[in-house]
Formats: sequence, structure tokens, C-alpha cells
Amino acid sequence: MLEIKNLHVSLEEEDKAILKGVDLTVEAGKVHAIMGPNGSGKSTLSYVLSGRDGYVVTDGSVALKGEDLLEMEPEERAAAGLFLAFQYPVEIPGVGNMTFLRTAVNAQRKARGQEEMSATDFLKEIRAKAKELKIDAEMLKRPVNVGFSGGEKKRNEILQMAMLEPAMCILDETDSGLDVDAMKLVADGVNALRSEGRGFLVITHYQRLLNHIKPDVVHIMSDGRIVKSGGPELALEVEENGYADILAEVA
Amino acid sequence: MAHPAQKQDPLEARLAAHAMPEGAAWAREAREDALSRLRAMGGLPGKRDEYWKFTDPTTLNLPEPPRAQCFATDESAPFSEIDRLRIVFVDGVFDAEASDDLALEGVEIERLSDAQARDIHWARDAYGVLETRGQTPVARAHAALNTALAQDGVVIRVTGRPSKPINLTYLHKSEVSDAILHHLVKVEPGAEVTILENGPAAARFSKVMEVEVADDARFHHIRLQGRDHERRAATHMFARLGARSSYKSFTMTVNGVLTRNEQVVEFTGNEAIAHIAGAALGDGKDAPFHHDDTVFVTHDATDCESRQVFKKVVRNGAEGVFQGKILVKKDAQRTDGYQLSQALLLDDNASFQAKPELEIYADDVQCSHGSTTGAIDEEALFYLRSRGVPEDEATDLLVLAFLAEAIDEIEDESLRADILTRLQAWLDRHRG
Repeated sequence: MLEIKNLHVSLEEEDKAILKGVDLTVEAGKVHAIMGPNGSGKSTLSYVLSGRDGYVVTDGSVALKGEDLLEMEPEERAAAGLFLAFQYPVEIPGVGNMTFLRTAVNAQRKARGQEEMSATDFLKEIRAKAKELKIDAEMLKRPVNVGFSGGEKKRNEILQMAMLEPAMCILDETDSGLDVDAMKLVADGVNALRSEGRGFLVITHYQRLLNHIKPDVVHIMSDGRIVKSGGPELALEVEENGYADILAEVA
Repeated sequence: MAHPAQKQDPLEARLAAHAMPEGAAWAREAREDALSRLRAMGGLPGKRDEYWKFTDPTTLNLPEPPRAQCFATDESAPFSEIDRLRIVFVDGVFDAEASDDLALEGVEIERLSDAQARDIHWARDAYGVLETRGQTPVARAHAALNTALAQDGVVIRVTGRPSKPINLTYLHKSEVSDAILHHLVKVEPGAEVTILENGPAAARFSKVMEVEVADDARFHHIRLQGRDHERRAATHMFARLGARSSYKSFTMTVNGVLTRNEQVVEFTGNEAIAHIAGAALGDGKDAPFHHDDTVFVTHDATDCESRQVFKKVVRNGAEGVFQGKILVKKDAQRTDGYQLSQALLLDDNASFQAKPELEIYADDVQCSHGSTTGAIDEEALFYLRSRGVPEDEATDLLVLAFLAEAIDEIEDESLRADILTRLQAWLDRHRG
């Protein structure tokens, strides 16, 4: 599904290398988790994949379903099936949440040569999906993320994911700022989307989210590289001993 | 003996180009008064005039207007979906055939020339009165010129609640037309009216609307100015508000090489409200765009609320100007005054200049003003794009979001929807 090969990335403004050769393949139907200490390059990886400005790819490649991802504009990546759940979802005053989502859904359908979704079908679907995530109708009417609590913002990200039905989902620190109940809601939302055709990359600093979203593969990232990969037990090891032991072991 | 300097005087040159229309003695007198007023204030404004610091008045002063091409469009006429009484002017001349029958329950509508031909008419106590009041503390020469020379217009006396809005449509068919219209609107106590205005009007358009809103009366105003790139306009609205009355005005402007819209609003009765809003979009790509909103609100009564919301979206060298003042007189206690002027610059070549002013003599008031200039929020733009919304569509969404606060001032839902559709169409035509 997602194939990252030898990815090297620098900051555009200060010529500082952040990713120094990332290799990672996420298969359809699998959940991969990336863990790592602060500053290891986890979030940079998610930004580069989504096409954010400010980064320069100096080497390597990324393919999504065999297509060169790095050549695409952010909206083309979305239409090709990539979705990033932001660590800090952006507030957009004046743009209604519902208008935003409908525009996004239809823009993607249009880009893929599909027919636009009718207003009625859209409403029916968004209501059902919002209900599962305990997002009330009032929140759908409000401007995008404006005045939302931390938990509401993250649930809104998952709602967008559910509506857009991407093939490859990247979750960037989705657990940050969430209490246990909110995390459970978000995890349930993600788990409901798990399917054979869909890949997940879950980026997290802590193991606790992985109690709720069970990964197939866990990677440890440090200083811009993946230094160790393993099964779910690797996350538990981090939880018990911290990163220091693992990093010392691979150093 | 002719004074040699007179040849250079723009006012005399301008006056020579227009005949003062005939009328009853009172009308003639009102026009002559306006002319004296205009001469006393030193004639037409020059480039060094403080009140014209950001807008060059030269082409408004010229004896003949610069040419302005008439733009063809297949877009439906604004407000065409709405049941309204249509009054049409072509290049500043009333067109009876294109207009509806002026009879409507709850309102008396007459052509200005008909009213001014009669010795006894309510317009006698109204024509030029609010314009005169609006000349202090700041002179508005083009308004006085308009009162002196107005070629046409309508006088509207609202006695009840007419069942539909009155729509003044200004068609532009001649590339050299110089239109001068003067309207009077008198909303009697407890009465209510909606006035809609639209159209490019002329190559050069001077318009004054004097609006008297009596106690407990309500005045709604929606105006769409637009289309023809080379048109020029200097418009004035003068309003006086009675107790518990309401004045709500919204203007959307697109295109236009020069637009100066002045609104002068005075509260004379307690507990009245005035909401004045404007949205302007300019793209200098096809032709230069310059838009100036100049507003002066005087609070001379207690417990009144004034609200100004002006938004401008400009690019490719387009220029926006806002001059807004709230004057709160000594006895205007518990005044609530709000003023917001914002510009969204879509590139580095566009500009916005603002001069917000508060002058407050009462001690128990709530007044605030804010003025900002900014670019598109890159974070928001990326967020939208990351969800699959193409860049130009995402920019449109953010532009509409920026304008929303001004557009929300339109109370009527169908009018608001109509204006949003037109905005979207304008954005579609001005991609990139």
C-alpha cells in the first residue's frame, strides 16, 4: 500500500537533515505503529507524506499503491487515498464543518471521476457516522474546529477519515491531549475502519493508544531512521523500559 | 471681466457641462443653495485634500467622464428571483417602460422631477436637508454638487409596510454617460421598507440618497455595485434616525476603476440602531480597481447602537480604502459603537489603507474598532488541501469565510443566498 524507500528529508529554510534514510512498507489490511522519542522525525514523516511545504526530499522515494506520492499536490494525494489525522487540527473560522466535509468528499470523488454525492445522501451518511463518534449535530454546524475541545478536534479528524474512506490512514499523535474516555472513542472509530483494503500508520509517543488500536508491526524511530521493528511486544518493551534501553541496544 | 483663473477651476468647468434642471421655486432655491455651499467649501476636492488622501478625485472632477466600456453578461439580473417593484434608470435617466407601475400599497413613489415641479410637496422640506447636515464637520463636495445638478431620481415616502422591496436598477448603455441621481426616502413613524439597488449605472455615476427614518421605523438597504471595470462612482447616503428606529445597509462591490461610497449616519432619537456593512472584491488583472468606503456615524442620542463591518478582498494591484469615524457627542450616553475594517490581500501587489477614528465626548459608552490586513492563512489552506480540496477551491472557501461576517449582516435569507451565488461566480471568473 505505502512504500517508503531510503527517504531523506531536510528543512527547506535551514538545510538541516531530519529524515536520514527511512525504509518502511505498510501493507493493505495492516496497522503499523511508529514510536520514538521527541525529535526523532515521526511528525516530519507524516508532514512529508501529506505534502506540507517547508521540506525538501533530498533522496529516496514514496509510493502509494505504486504511484509516486512525492510528485503529487496535497489534494492529489488525498484523492489518491492518503489521509493524515493532524496532531493539531486547524481551526477555520467562517467555514462550516459540514460545508467543508461535503466540499472535500465531492472534490475527491470528482478527482477520481466519480459522481458527486447528493446533499441528502451526504447528510444521511454524516449523521450516522457522527453519531457513532458521539459528535452532535451542533458540532457539525459550527465552523471547522473553532471552539472545539482537544477531544472534539480529534474526533472530528476521525469523522473526516470515516467520510473520506481513504486507503492509507496516517494518525499523527492522535492520542495527545486525550483523556481515557476520549481515547477510547477515537480508537473505536479507527478500529471500525480497519479493513482488508486499508493500511494504517499510527504515530505515537506512548504505548497506551496501542492498547486500543492493536498494531501488527511496531517500529522504533530515532534520529531520522527506523532503528528497530518488531511485533506488538516492542511497544510494551518501550512502556516498561523507556526508549533509552532500546536505543542503547541498537547503537 | 472673466477671471483668468476660472478656466482652471474644475468646479466651473464641471458646472458648464450640466444645466441645472427646471423646477418650482423651492427646488431651484435648494439647488442654488447647494451651489453656494459648494463654492463656500472651496469647490471640488483636490489631491491634497485630507479626506481624499487615499483616493484621487481627479476623474470625478473632470467636466466629462473618461470612457467606460459596457460589459455584456449572460448572468441573470440581480434580485430577479425576488418579487420586487422595479424602477429602472438607463445611464441615469428614468425608463418608464422598463419600470413597473409605481403604485404600491404603503408607499408613494414619484420621479424627482415631478415632485420638484410642484409648489407644495413633502420633498420641499427634505431635498438637500440631510446632505447639508452631513457637510459638517467634513465637507462632501460631490454630494453638494449632486444636489445642485441632479438630473433624475425618485422620491419615496413610506407610510406603511409595502409587500415587496423597491428595486432601483441602474443600467449602463453609453460609454460616455455621466449620471447624476438624487433620491429621497422618507420612512414615516412605524413604517418599514427595503430598498435594493444594482447596476453599473454609467461611465461616471454620482448618487445621493437622503434617508429620513422616523421613530419606530425601519429601513433596509441592499446594494450590488459592479461589473463594468471602467465605471466610476461617487455615492453618498445621508441618514437621520429617529427613536427606536433601525437602519441596515449592505453593499457588495466588484470591479470598478473607482468607487467612493460614503455613508453619513446621524442618531437623533434614542435607542435606535444602524448596521452598515460592505464587501468588496477587486482583481486588478483586467482593469485597475480602487474601492473606498468612507463612513461617518454621529451619536447624538442615548442608548443607540452602531455597527460597521467592512471587508475587502484584493489582488493584482487592486486597492482598498476605509475611512470610518464614530463621533459620540457629550449627551449620547450608553452608546454602543463597533467598527471593523479588514482586508484580505491575495498577493503582494494589492493594497489596503485604513483610517479608523473614534471621537468620544460622553463618559458612559462602549466603543471599539479594529482594522486588520492579512493574507490567506497558509495553515488553513494546507488543511483543506490535505482533505482533497483543490487549491483554488480552498482559497475560495477561505475568501468566503473572510467575507462571511459582512454578508451575515444581510437579514433576508434568500437575498443572502443570491449574493453568495454571485460572489462564487465572481470568484470562478477570477481564478489565479
